[in-house]
Amino acid sequence: MKKIGFYTKEVFEHFQNPHNYGKIKNPDGVGKVGNIVCGDVMYLYIKVGKDKKGREIIKNVKFETYGCLAAIATSSVITDLVKGKTIEEALNLDRQEVVRALGGLPPIKIHCSVLAVDALLEAIHDYLKKQKRPIPKELRKRHKKLEKEKKEIEKRHRGWIKLEEKLYAEDKGKK
Amino acid sequence: MPSKKIYLDNAASTPVDGEVLKAMLPYFEREYGNASSVHNFGQKARAAIDRAREQVADFLNCQVSEIIFTGSATEADNLAIFGVVRDFQERRIKPHFITTRIEHDAVLESCKKLEKEGVEVTYLPVDKEGIVRVSDVKKAIKKNTVLVSVMYANNEIGTVQPIAEIANIICNFRNSKFQAPNPKQIPNLKSQFPIFHTDAVQAVNYLDCDVKKLGVDLLTLSAHKIYGPKGVGALYVKEGTPILPIIFGGGHEQGLRPGTENTPGIVGLGKAIEKVKSEKTSANSVESSKIKNLERLRDKLIDGILKRIPDSRLNGSRVNRLPNNANFSFRGAEGESIAISLDREGIAASTGSACSSKSLEPSHVLLALGLSPEEVHGSLRLTLGRYTTEEDINKVLEVLPKIIERLRKLSPFK
Repeated sequence: MKKIGFYTKEVFEHFQNPHNYGKIKNPDGVGKVGNIVCGDVMYLYIKVGKDKKGREIIKNVKFETYGCLAAIATSSVITDLVKGKTIEEALNLDRQEVVRALGGLPPIKIHCSVLAVDALLEAIHDYLKKQKRPIPKELRKRHKKLEKEKKEIEKRHRGWIKLEEKLYAEDKGKK
Repeated sequence: MPSKKIYLDNAASTPVDGEVLKAMLPYFEREYGNASSVHNFGQKARAAIDRAREQVADFLNCQVSEIIFTGSATEADNLAIFGVVRDFQERRIKPHFITTRIEHDAVLESCKKLEKEGVEVTYLPVDKEGIVRVSDVKKAIKKNTVLVSVMYANNEIGTVQPIAEIANIICNFRNSKFQAPNPKQIPNLKSQFPIFHTDAVQAVNYLDCDVKKLGVDLLTLSAHKIYGPKGVGALYVKEGTPILPIIFGGGHEQGLRPGTENTPGIVGLGKAIEKVKSEKTSANSVESSKIKNLERLRDKLIDGILKRIPDSRLNGSRVNRLPNNANFSFRGAEGESIAISLDREGIAASTGSACSSKSLEPSHVLLALGLSPEEVHGSLRLTLGRYTTEEDINKVLEVLPKIIERLRKLSPFK
């Protein structure tokens, strides 16, 4: 495994030339996740179709990511990993596969692979919900947890915004 | 990979100057004696250390006996903080410390440790320009305030703090306390307190560090930020300042910093600071215009970036800042991605983004400015140095806008 700095060659390649980035018009599902730890944000768009056997597959997938090298590289590589896969297969995608496909990630960046998988799960959840289809129990649980985290991030940001407002008000008062 | 490397991370470390290296070399191989030894080898080392002490004292306008060499600026900060509190704890009064939210971790982490030991610490805010308000210092000082520690210039945003004004406030407070109507209420507290410490690591290259003018009791500096070697720092300790050692094992450095002196390192610090002094004070216009030129390059960089990159902002005061510091935030582009993209172009810079820190914590300095976590996430620090050229700046102005544009394309925040 060739490494440049503390990232692998694969991470750099995906960062320099990311696959499948951008938006999908009228997507069938969208997953929007943010990392509670570092502040990275990832949007994943999916378009669902059918394969020859009539099984539902992820026909197209694109991402938009705000974050570090690892966040961008995991986003890019997960689109490669799930494109053409059935929904069933995509739901069972292991985080480890994402890490392996990148030739490894630094320990402190492993959470980026969690983010990518979460974005995928959220996109599928969104699709199933829109289709008014039953949502597997595991997926429902994960979705609830992410919703909770999202609220926490918002709450934290509100705290910072308040601090900012306070500082500005103080400065105004001074003048 | 591009052929020419552009180094814009001089606030992190600087290359060792050729003359400095030359001055150091004999003390590795030929004059290797222990400065505490009586023989000729030892005495040569002692003489070299004495010379370096004179150079540092000359720079700070103080006595040679007031300079304590340490293994780093972090160690000097630790000695200042823990050394003063150790002395004070013998007085059985609960100590109070004052510092700021934008200090280097060497000070902040030390203060946090003291809090766990029962010391009360006030962390002063800064205004949105990144400057501490003198009035806040005045309000925060209490009868049991032992130490006030405010950095001279900030390492991330380069903002310069009003050290002399704060010293003035402290001096007035000491005088008034000395004449307290009922001295029995504050036993053993004479006009010594509060003691005033400043971390001047980033300031040495560019600002006046005359300790008499500044009015400080303790001042920290480092060699590797001023074109000297890594692994050596110094603490100025004003004569009569109550302070105790924090490590033990010998009488070196007046008992305040035991351990065999790092002769080559200390020689390097002395030579480096002598060169800084000549650069700052020389009547030779070529020398003194170097700092002016650096300011010009910095301003070219700041103006160029703000003009060429939409949704960018400068962090910290435009006016009260070091001649070599530029710190930006870019909306929709993350700092580590920016810094590594620059590195791929041969440009070295750093970021306050949480992604690039070992703890995944965003920069406490930028948060203290009132920046949102997103703005901190997209921050980039470029610090110029003695060897920065106009071409270097032109290259950054050419490359950086493209990098930001590319990252923004990948981002959901357009």
